[in-house]
Amino acid sequence: MSKVRVLVGTRKGAFILTSDGKREQWDISGPHFAGWEIYHLKGSPLDPDRLYASQSSGWFGQLIQRSSDGGKTWEAVGNKFVYDGVPGTHQWYDGTPHPWEFKRVWHLEPSLTDADTVYAGVEDAALFRSTDAGQTWQELSGLRRHGTGPRWQPGAGGMCLHTILLDPGDPGRMFIAISAAGAFRTGDGGQTWQPINRGLHSQFLPDPKAEVGHCVHRMAMHPSRPNVLFMQKHWDVMRSDDAGNSWQEVSGNLPTDFGFPIDVHAHEPETIYVVPIKSDSEHFPLDGKLRVYRSRTGGNQWEALTKGLPQSNCYVNVLRDAMAVDSLDSCGVYFGTTGGQVYGSADAGDHWAPIVCDLPAVVSVEVQTLR
Amino acid sequence: MIRVVLPQHLRTLARVGAEVSVEVDGAVTQRSVLDALEARYPMLRGTIRDHLTQERRPFLRFFACQQDLSHEWPDAPLPSAVAAGKEPFLIIGAIAGG
Repeated sequence: MSKVRVLVGTRKGAFILTSDGKREQWDISGPHFAGWEIYHLKGSPLDPDRLYASQSSGWFGQLIQRSSDGGKTWEAVGNKFVYDGVPGTHQWYDGTPHPWEFKRVWHLEPSLTDADTVYAGVEDAALFRSTDAGQTWQELSGLRRHGTGPRWQPGAGGMCLHTILLDPGDPGRMFIAISAAGAFRTGDGGQTWQPINRGLHSQFLPDPKAEVGHCVHRMAMHPSRPNVLFMQKHWDVMRSDDAGNSWQEVSGNLPTDFGFPIDVHAHEPETIYVVPIKSDSEHFPLDGKLRVYRSRTGGNQWEALTKGLPQSNCYVNVLRDAMAVDSLDSCGVYFGTTGGQVYGSADAGDHWAPIVCDLPAVVSVEVQTLR
Repeated sequence: MIRVVLPQHLRTLARVGAEVSVEVDGAVTQRSVLDALEARYPMLRGTIRDHLTQERRPFLRFFACQQDLSHEWPDAPLPSAVAAGKEPFLIIGAIAGG
């Protein structure tokens, strides 16, 4: 019997939601690490009971927790994230040089090929890798040093590396995204990188063809088609069919193309999901209606998914790492809100129901399909 | 033995009670006490002092014998009552957050 395990990171702890394949009855455990910000949890695709969690607080800094039993018990592992060499400066909000300073881990991405290897995307933006299951961390500094680093600038949430996409067909290739620098690609396991932002247009950037400086909110990829990337940018939903060499806007008929998360259906590589948010100054859904939008055409044509979601007086946000899909036959889609709800759909978004309603603000949602 | 009182979240992290004891060789200073504490409870590394600079994290304070020692030199001797184990060295989370 298949099971689903939903890993939820919140502002005040982690929660683990489990259900059988029907996804109707849910068991909720937590809070784990009560009182701490849990930016992200993720399980190893090779060893699903191996989980990693990013635990942080303004008082005590960054911790990394690891579980070997699916989240029942945890142990603190390495939390020493030190930039390689003299880190230098990036741009501050006012354009002045500002030293690189480690603040927190935003995203953990376990390797597809080695259960002891895991990547960490951090603020201030850099990519770290551990090859000993989180005990020690080394920066893949080719990203920060490839040349454009001094021109990177933080977005409103900080200068975070929030997206790490691993190519299942090529262990050396990965894609990352930084707010507000843009998207980058490596083909050699992270030693060298190139910006992949051609075709992105960001209002108010003086150079309309700027190589970096774009506020990418999130990227997604279907594992069967690693050359096709989808992006929710600050404004605009974008698509690339050539591994990021060029991008086209596919916002189409969305009521607003501002938003944070984007994800791809587990079995339909052209079916994608976004949650339109009114604007960058009003981080809540348009008209107080919480609507997931689905495109079955890889963008441009979008339909609102509303059944089971609040359609009045809803003013929550859905953050960039707070949407995920399971890989059961009828693809499940999940997202969490800053109001503490986690919604799930067991039929690819046609119908939704809250799994849990009153958690702390949800920062991240990941799903494991356990067979 | 030097007595150290930890804030609640670090007790949970280290899986200890409110007060722990550590052995310090040589001079009893903030640095030597924290070195001994981190050696015994490695999961506390980086949570009280920055990994790289070894500076106190901004939202933590150090107290002992009714004194705020937060801005003392890390190698300055702690009060003799702390060194004698009569008084604890207190690590306090700053009251912040609204």
